[in-house]
Amino acid sequence: MPPVSLFEPLPGSGEPTVAIQINGQPHQVPAHYTVAAAMLAAGVTACGTRPEGDAQRAPFCLMGLCFECLVEIDGIPNRHGCMTRVSPGMQVRSMHGKPELA
Amino acid sequence: MSTERWDLLIIGAGPAGMAGAVTARERGLSVLVVDEAPDAGGHFYRGAGMPAVLREPVLGADVLAGGALIEAFAACGAECRPGTLVWQLTGGEGGEWCAMLAEDQGAGRVCSVQAGAVLLALGAQERPFPVSGWTLPGAMGVGAAQTLMKTQGLVPVPEAVLVGGGPLLYLFAYQLLQAGRRVQALLETSSAGALWAALPRLPRALLGLGQLAKGLRILAALRKAGIPRIRGVGKIEIAGSTCVEGVRFQAGARGGSLATPLVLLHHGFIPAVNLSRSLGCLHDWDPDQFCWRPRVDLWGQSSRPGIWIAGDGAAIAGARTARWKGVLAALDIARAAGRGDAAALRAKALRARLGCLGPQGMVAFTDRLYRPPDWLRRPGDDVVVCRCESVTAGEVRRLVQLGCLGPNQMKAFTRCGMGDCQGRFCGPTVSELLAQAGGRTVAEVGYFRLRPPLKPVPLEAIAAAEAPVERGKFPS
Amino acid sequence: MPDSGADSRRPTYEVAVVGGGVIGMSVAYGLARLGRRTVVFDGNDTAFRASRGNAGLVWVQGKGSKCPPYALWSLGSADRWPLFGAQLRRETGVDVEYERPGGFLLFDRQDEWDEELAGLAILKAWDPVLDYEVLDPAELARRLPAASRDLLGGTFSRHDGQSNPLALLRALQAAFQGAGGTYCPHRPVRALHPRPGHFQVETADGITEAGQVVLGAGLGNIPLAPMVGLRAPVAPLRGQMLVTEKLEPFLGCLVDGIRQTVSGSVVLGSSSEPVGLDDGVTAPILATIARFAITRFPRLRRARVLRAWASLRIMTPDGMPVYEPSPSCPGAFLVNSHSGVTLAAAHAEVLAPWIAGQAAPDFLEYCHASRFSV
Repeated sequence: MPPVSLFEPLPGSGEPTVAIQINGQPHQVPAHYTVAAAMLAAGVTACGTRPEGDAQRAPFCLMGLCFECLVEIDGIPNRHGCMTRVSPGMQVRSMHGKPELA
Repeated sequence: MSTERWDLLIIGAGPAGMAGAVTARERGLSVLVVDEAPDAGGHFYRGAGMPAVLREPVLGADVLAGGALIEAFAACGAECRPGTLVWQLTGGEGGEWCAMLAEDQGAGRVCSVQAGAVLLALGAQERPFPVSGWTLPGAMGVGAAQTLMKTQGLVPVPEAVLVGGGPLLYLFAYQLLQAGRRVQALLETSSAGALWAALPRLPRALLGLGQLAKGLRILAALRKAGIPRIRGVGKIEIAGSTCVEGVRFQAGARGGSLATPLVLLHHGFIPAVNLSRSLGCLHDWDPDQFCWRPRVDLWGQSSRPGIWIAGDGAAIAGARTARWKGVLAALDIARAAGRGDAAALRAKALRARLGCLGPQGMVAFTDRLYRPPDWLRRPGDDVVVCRCESVTAGEVRRLVQLGCLGPNQMKAFTRCGMGDCQGRFCGPTVSELLAQAGGRTVAEVGYFRLRPPLKPVPLEAIAAAEAPVERGKFPS
Repeated sequence: MPDSGADSRRPTYEVAVVGGGVIGMSVAYGLARLGRRTVVFDGNDTAFRASRGNAGLVWVQGKGSKCPPYALWSLGSADRWPLFGAQLRRETGVDVEYERPGGFLLFDRQDEWDEELAGLAILKAWDPVLDYEVLDPAELARRLPAASRDLLGGTFSRHDGQSNPLALLRALQAAFQGAGGTYCPHRPVRALHPRPGHFQVETADGITEAGQVVLGAGLGNIPLAPMVGLRAPVAPLRGQMLVTEKLEPFLGCLVDGIRQTVSGSVVLGSSSEPVGLDDGVTAPILATIARFAITRFPRLRRARVLRAWASLRIMTPDGMPVYEPSPSCPGAFLVNSHSGVTLAAAHAEVLAPWIAGQAAPDFLEYCHASRFSV
């Protein structure tokens, strides 16, 4: 069953789009979307888990203050989803637990 | 690393920051404006993400009025760097300030700038809303949802329930109606008793007749559209196991619940004080707005010479007042830099004060009408207070019994305030709980000690920020 | 709540401890466990509080190269720590996260490495129990796979360990009260008045009488010590630190200046700056600390820093503690040390009994303030 989104686009707010991947699934999202918005629109409400891995977390403030929207972007963990715009070919993954640095 | 020097650094490109920049440029100051968001405009004047045809009816004249300011700002000759974070601000040689800037939250270019004066215009944040279940996916702020609408053109599903108090609740529900959308219901904490209590402030609010009338129009529209409003609500609990499934509440003697996957919470705004606190500016507890405010004079000069604060970051009063305060601060900064014009200063100051009367009167009225209730500011034991570290109100209270009376000791013992959000969503609640448990005022309790970095930045950004020095030795 | 001791035959408390940081609380906890009626007067929330600003190391390596008995004092305390930590956990439920994996010092500067090796050699020659290993780059690569390959080398001591210093203080406060102690927060001591056979401790609340008084208030001892015939030869020495976000465990060991906590965050330090009573952070020092860490563990460069802070160590001119009974006011004791975490076990289990009348540990002969007089 496809994920159900809590948010829907207003008609006429969607062009132009870029192709990104969210957790391995391809999505066409409007180019002006932030990563957090793209995930919410795609029905991926939870951005991942807390560092302890014990509970799901999701964006709360969408203005760069709560840091609950941290996601992995293009291989880099704990990027700030609501303050980062999507870009063509971007690979977004939910965070699960703590990052492993390399 | 070579350092640029500016007469004035403005942090925040919202109404106060932009208005301040325009005025400072008129007085011949060199101005750098930095904002973390991808575009200038701040929160209030956003709207670029909405379909053009909907902007006017949904956002309304107030927001669109910002267009003129944004144009004036773009043309005034200030350098604007969006997508840039200021993560540290320190006083340097000869009264100058040194700011560390990072693009892309530190993943991008890092540099330092020097400034003769700094204007903080960081605005507000939504008041924390600690209720049972508020950390579940599907619970977020009304402001968050409004940001999604304005900057992305995304609107909540019609099952959404708006919970809390304050003008934004009604404004957002109204904006959704204008966009052809509905919400399931409004659960409001304020009751008839609050209206009686707020009535003495109504005369002053009438100075903001336009805003008052707009508010009444909004309420009438909601009524006409049949959006259910349940008032006098208490004991909010968000239900769900791995995500939001509904919300339970008490309204008077009755209990109730609504099924919904999306609960939007709001109970007013509070100034964003992390930067002003980390600079050591003095702050006062406002017992009317239940928030901390930096201490500023009429011109916005803070308790630290060379730091001015304007807009909602100094006191919550809305965009119109923020613009005036930005202008006043810039005039005072110009005066301090020897570029003042005393006559212009006085004239503008008078106009500013008159211009702010209405909005400030309205704020005083709505503050009383939509006062955040005790159970929200001082939640029950099982409610998570610190989202980042999962600390409950009960744990805070238990430690008070052991003699842990201050917010910094509480931070040390529970880790409240040590997470990514740096106390933004738990600090106010911790101070309130300590006041309650210790029988003191919040002013007496105080707040977390805050320091840079203002937001998390990668270690390599800190490493690159300055040339290394000797770390020093100690005996043995 | 302390009262004024209306019973003139017997003061309300047997011991009053001034200072509720890790020094004061360790001593007070030891006294309470010995059955002494003990009260602690602690300062305010915004006091300097060295206990809130340290790395939590239970460290032996390299200490005391100029006075080897200090090395043994530190080792003795470190050896007591496993049972001490377990006891605190049993009594309070608080896990102080103590472990003893041994500690590494890593070097990228020849002068620093030479100096450290010289000091370690002196200590080992004095007592072979103060052993250590010298690690060349190949051995470092084998034992610390995450460390940089560009380091000169390192040293390792099996005696070193770490704890969570904030949990330690929390546990001490709970354990002290659980053992019958009275903890008075936000009651800074204004003055001490020696009287025949007892002391009057003056706070904003009034006077409390105690048979003995222990000054364990760090820099706060400076104005109080002369009131009871003592001198606190200490000065502030600032240390700055950084803490990262929580990371998957990668360090696998304990490195001085780079400590990964149980929760995953990495604590980085530090500096030694004689800047007076200034606990602000400065960009150049933070940059230096950041480079120190990245030089040793390059992958840390991408770790997000959540917090920075500075704290004022309580430093004597030679870095060793001062433990001194007052010659003119018997029953008053001064306790000052910058190593409150490492020495917490010794302070609770050796120093407190001495204050309670048991035999003085030998090491005390090295710990009088008079050693600084010319």
